[in-house]
Amino acid sequence: MSKTLVEKIWDAHVVKSEEGFPDILYIDTHLIHEVTSPQAFDGLRKRGLPVFRPQQTVATADHNVPTLNQLLPIKEELSRYQVDMLTKNCAEFGIELYGLGHPFQGIVHVIGPELGITLPGKTMVCGDSHTSTHGAFGAIAFGIGTSQVEQVFATQCLLQSKPKTMKIEVNGELGKGVGAKDIILYIISQISAAGGTGYFIEYAGSAIESLSMEARMTICNMSIEMGARGGLIAPDQTTFDYIKGREFAPVGEEWDKALAYWKTLYSDVDAKFDSVLTFKAEDIAPMITYGTNPGMGMGIQEHIPATNAQPEKEKLSYQKALDYMGFDDDASLIGKPVDYVFIGSCTNSRIEDLREVADFVKDKRKADNVTVWIVPGSKQVEQQAKNEGLDKIFEAAGFQLREPGCSACLGMNEDKIPAGKYCVSTSNRNFEGRQGQNARTLLASPLTAAAAAVTGVITDVREFLAES
Amino acid sequence: MKKFTKLTSAIVPLNIENIDTDQIIPARFLKATTREGFGENLFRDWRYENDNSPKADFVLNDPTYSGQILVAGKNFGCGSSREHAAWAIQDAGFDAVISSFFADIFKGNALNNGLLPIQVSEEFLAQIFNAVENDAKSPLVVDLENQTVTIVETGKSEGFEINPYKKSCLINGYDDIDFILAQKGLIEEFEKS
Repeated sequence: MSKTLVEKIWDAHVVKSEEGFPDILYIDTHLIHEVTSPQAFDGLRKRGLPVFRPQQTVATADHNVPTLNQLLPIKEELSRYQVDMLTKNCAEFGIELYGLGHPFQGIVHVIGPELGITLPGKTMVCGDSHTSTHGAFGAIAFGIGTSQVEQVFATQCLLQSKPKTMKIEVNGELGKGVGAKDIILYIISQISAAGGTGYFIEYAGSAIESLSMEARMTICNMSIEMGARGGLIAPDQTTFDYIKGREFAPVGEEWDKALAYWKTLYSDVDAKFDSVLTFKAEDIAPMITYGTNPGMGMGIQEHIPATNAQPEKEKLSYQKALDYMGFDDDASLIGKPVDYVFIGSCTNSRIEDLREVADFVKDKRKADNVTVWIVPGSKQVEQQAKNEGLDKIFEAAGFQLREPGCSACLGMNEDKIPAGKYCVSTSNRNFEGRQGQNARTLLASPLTAAAAAVTGVITDVREFLAES
Repeated sequence: MKKFTKLTSAIVPLNIENIDTDQIIPARFLKATTREGFGENLFRDWRYENDNSPKADFVLNDPTYSGQILVAGKNFGCGSSREHAAWAIQDAGFDAVISSFFADIFKGNALNNGLLPIQVSEEFLAQIFNAVENDAKSPLVVDLENQTVTIVETGKSEGFEINPYKKSCLINGYDDIDFILAQKGLIEEFEKS
């Protein structure tokens, strides 16, 4: 029987399937961090259970860590306590921890791939909704709640109903100044913040195949922003080349065996998806969001859709969003002053993102009205940026290169955007208060963020690219 | 886990769509390492001014409304997977949430804590909001055994879906870990295969 990629991987991990019950799904790799794990460890203690497969569990501290002076004790007491708890819990239950000061520390969804932990065909979970990032390698990867973290600790399995499958094809060639972030913001703006709920999405088509691994991660990362638990891309030569030689990637005979298996990981030609959507790469412009969910995005030259054009029962919520953002119906965002630019998060903090930004800002300087934070996704990304001299370019441009963590994506540490201020952010969520109480977030690509940093206003980056 | 069978209660209406888990419990309150106490910060930034004084126009601060059932617009619980959102709602005294559409992870988290997420049609949701507009204390009856929600005032009723396994978990108060642990032999066999 022909199968989709999701079905192939899913079926290979079902321990037990019984009518009327969710499947018992085996989990190959469990990633954990300080915020969503402490209550799960507590649960184990209460039940008197060990972690069943600690060697399949990897921990890092990312959500709640400072991005300056990481080697000093964390100033904020509650944050320090939470990070210390992770250290203690990992020691007690025998879990490898890449904590602060470790050369592998970083955002959980950045370090998995860069260490070769994320591999095609795996099932991976983490108490974080952006776990879908790892799907870029052709893995089933999804976010879970803390009760489920405890389940995986206790059993290395999850009770999970098989998801519906959706294929999203993007075909054609991307225009100048348009990248992976624009593709995914465009798709979400087309199908809404709930359009993928209940599905696992397979991204395909020539525009997706042409992307680098890091760009594919940006796409899969934001699957959850349309409600989909996971998103994945069939592995190909680009995938294999990226993995080869990484710290924990298979070697020698193991590599050959793995590679032979990975090459079977694609959706069969006549496999049936529950839903199929097709988009043209040529229709996609640099994107920006204007509202308070990631579905409220538009091409940067477009005008904000009018409240009256919204369905009757959605008008109230729509108006609430525009009021929060301080935007009017039909307004253009071009030329709108910006206060902060944040380049980071599990969506866009990898070395290619930093290179793209550095390449753009070389010999330019940030506008006086803008504060620019660049937060690399991991210690390895930070080191690589320094090796390539990107830190010097950022410094000359007035951009601050900080240390790795989730940072201003969710404002859990001290990296918060002040109330009422506008931040062009390469992160994944523009929810009310996400980056700080009453902060206003405009999601965009690293290039669009860099352009805003230099001009101090919302800018169509293509204007710069046309000049060069 | 907390058991759920039948509930008759007035509702707290929150007719807003796409309520994300950052609104339910903002990230700055996720630093606690236990499950308790999140209720006081439920909907923190909608509920309180920066100086911690209550916002009079927010429904949780309006004494007209009370009850163990939260009713909200579609796509409730989208965004972050934080289970703290389900804990906060439960800790604030709610036992059920009704919406016309739930985000997946939130729904799963709620079920794993004995907080019942009930998905109803857009039409029925509008009827519930209408009923509470006519009478703020208008009660609903949630019957998990028969999988129905009834507006007492109008007698209108609608069925809702729930996975039969999760239903039995809620009624009996047991959780997934108890269930999977009973299959440990199968898991070890799977690992060898």
